[in-house]
Amino acid sequence: MRTVIRGGRVIDPASGRDEVADIAIANGRIQAVGDVPGDFDPDRVIDAGGQVVCPGLVDMHVHLREPGQEWKEDIESGSRAAAAGGVTSVACMANTQPVNDRRSVTEQIKSAAQRAGLSRVHPIGAITRDLAGETLSEMHELASAGCVAFSDDGRPVPDAGIMRRALEYAATFDYLLILHEEEGALSAGGAMNEGAHATRMGLAGIPNASEDVMIARDVILAELTGGRIHIAHVATAGGVELIRQAQAKGLRVTGEAAPHHLFLTDSDVGEFNSHAKMAPPLRGPADREAVRAAVADGTLSVIATDHAPHEADAKNEAFACCANGVTGLETLLGLTLRLADEDVMDLPTALARVTSGPAAVLGLEAGRLGVGEMADICLFDPEAQWAVEPERMYSRSTNTPFAGWELRGRVTHTLVGGRVVYPFGGEE
Amino acid sequence: MNAPASPAAPDALPRHFLGLEGVSAATINRILEEATRFRRLVEQPNKKADTLKGRTVINLFFESSTRTRTSFELAGKRLSADVININASASATQKGETWLDTVRTLEAMTPDALVIRHAESGTPHMAARALSSHCSVINAGDGTHEHPTQALLDILTIQHHKGPIEGLRVAIVGDAAHSRVARSQIHALHTMGAAEIRLVGPKTLIPARAEEALGVQVFHDADAGLEGADVIIMLRMQLERIRGAAVPSQREYFRLYGLDRRRVARAADDVLVMHPGPMNRGVEIASEVADGPYSVILPQVTNGLAIRMAVLKLLAGGESA
Ligand SMILES: [Zn+2]
Repeated sequence: MRTVIRGGRVIDPASGRDEVADIAIANGRIQAVGDVPGDFDPDRVIDAGGQVVCPGLVDMHVHLREPGQEWKEDIESGSRAAAAGGVTSVACMANTQPVNDRRSVTEQIKSAAQRAGLSRVHPIGAITRDLAGETLSEMHELASAGCVAFSDDGRPVPDAGIMRRALEYAATFDYLLILHEEEGALSAGGAMNEGAHATRMGLAGIPNASEDVMIARDVILAELTGGRIHIAHVATAGGVELIRQAQAKGLRVTGEAAPHHLFLTDSDVGEFNSHAKMAPPLRGPADREAVRAAVADGTLSVIATDHAPHEADAKNEAFACCANGVTGLETLLGLTLRLADEDVMDLPTALARVTSGPAAVLGLEAGRLGVGEMADICLFDPEAQWAVEPERMYSRSTNTPFAGWELRGRVTHTLVGGRVVYPFGGEE
Repeated sequence: MNAPASPAAPDALPRHFLGLEGVSAATINRILEEATRFRRLVEQPNKKADTLKGRTVINLFFESSTRTRTSFELAGKRLSADVININASASATQKGETWLDTVRTLEAMTPDALVIRHAESGTPHMAARALSSHCSVINAGDGTHEHPTQALLDILTIQHHKGPIEGLRVAIVGDAAHSRVARSQIHALHTMGAAEIRLVGPKTLIPARAEEALGVQVFHDADAGLEGADVIIMLRMQLERIRGAAVPSQREYFRLYGLDRRRVARAADDVLVMHPGPMNRGVEIASEVADGPYSVILPQVTNGLAIRMAVLKLLAGGESA
């Protein structure tokens, strides 16, 4: 299939390109950007007039729930949600059941993703066996099966000695560790951000220190070991500052922000709204501003959703008891564009945080529109307004705190390797 | 969730009684007036009225509390309502029916009021959102959030002994961090015009950002915190917090924050000493004070009955929006 995408505003943050141009695709790769050679004879032309054409989005923090909790999400439904959201690559966390701490699980995830055929799925392996924080997983075996990084996401490694060994071992092969930073004893019993809102609602709080203490520990251990770490869903001003200092020292530390931390604060918990419960919790306005500034200046080079689907019953418990997490794949683009609308950063920078930024951290061949690159592409209408309606989402779970939000920018086409994966049941 | 769904008569109560945050002085006064009438009734030999004849009140307790449940039960019966008590186990949520299923099942039996007590904050709010009928939800204590009827009985008690709340200096001493009663009291005291509300205790028992969140003044020195107080409200100390990480020992706590005669002398001459019970004598309060002339601990219990009668009448009696 030879495709031409004609007349769109091509924004490729990696190369700095931002101009109206055509893109020619053949054999799953980009053959030309700008002037399409006269002898290129397309089977299909996509009219992109008035649209933005950008690299397919890369979401490096997703929970796909398969194997083990397929009623929340499975690889097929998660891939659908990704495709509908313009996301062409997802990295999925290891807290499946069984845990992705062995080759068989990694292979199972990869083959299910291939069957679904809607998105490139990159498994993340566990740092420790069964996420128990005690014994290192076979990282080399997992990497050779296809794991692109390692994380015990949701279950931070509590023992600093084991964390040191994990970093040393990973550094031997230059593997990346993705770290959910939370000091268990400081978070114990907490249900939301510690502060005035938690006090008013009579909910036990989680102080910023819970996150900051662990980021400090792991930055120090990264320095000790020469390891490469990526701090997941940074939510505090203190955490941002620690990462900034580490980078200034030349340590190999990167970080990501989740859309909910960029737009919401602990006051959005409102009257015990379980869709506003997540880990780390929604913090205060000063934290939100600090995280926004860090995404704008590149201290945090990634926006990742922490897409965490849960069925309604899991959220229908008392606030302190209900499951943590929100879905994100289908609102990622709209919320990223909103950062540009709110002048937090310009549009190409915002798009870089969901394309070339995460691709660079994971070392993926993705997130760029250069000639010869894989044709993973997102087309969206930047002017189209739409309301977030959970009942119309493709994810199997609809636990979003953004229900009812009016967003601008609607995905019209998603291409993976030159194939149109969205709209579903396209012309192929 | 306190706002009525549709426009209602100006003095109508909200449909649900979930807490005192944001509840107007007019509403509180309405309940207090009604309670004052019932207070006279319960002192008569024939204690029954037929105000709620034919109405049904279900006490749904996911956390046991003999005092509060008995008080609600008696309040309903004195008003001739059919009262049903259900002690449900909150831990049944692990398998099978969830606590919200229990609420929905009971709703299908068409009660007029569901009185809910639960160990987790916010559960009455969730229950109220889940209801589809005109049943009212009354919060009988949710986690460490609110316990509005308990707080109103204290307001009623203060009014009886001191007149209007306006201008009073109130010191709340002890474990405010884990006290649902304290939160409700603070909201009501503000609404009714108290001049000053002080929280007194070590940092481990004062909730985060209490000044900002609750509009109180915080004192870590008990003598300073009690200086000139018109009302002292002692909070019950959960003994498991002692020798945990919150307080090193009973001995140290009593020495620093226990209410004895010497400390009471710091307060105003006509100070009122209150305690929601059950008291830990020698931990937060000395017997000489608990049984002394300033103490109104037993009249508090009688007022509790009157307050619950008032709330049931106003909500289950169809006077709410
Ligand atoms: Zn996480």
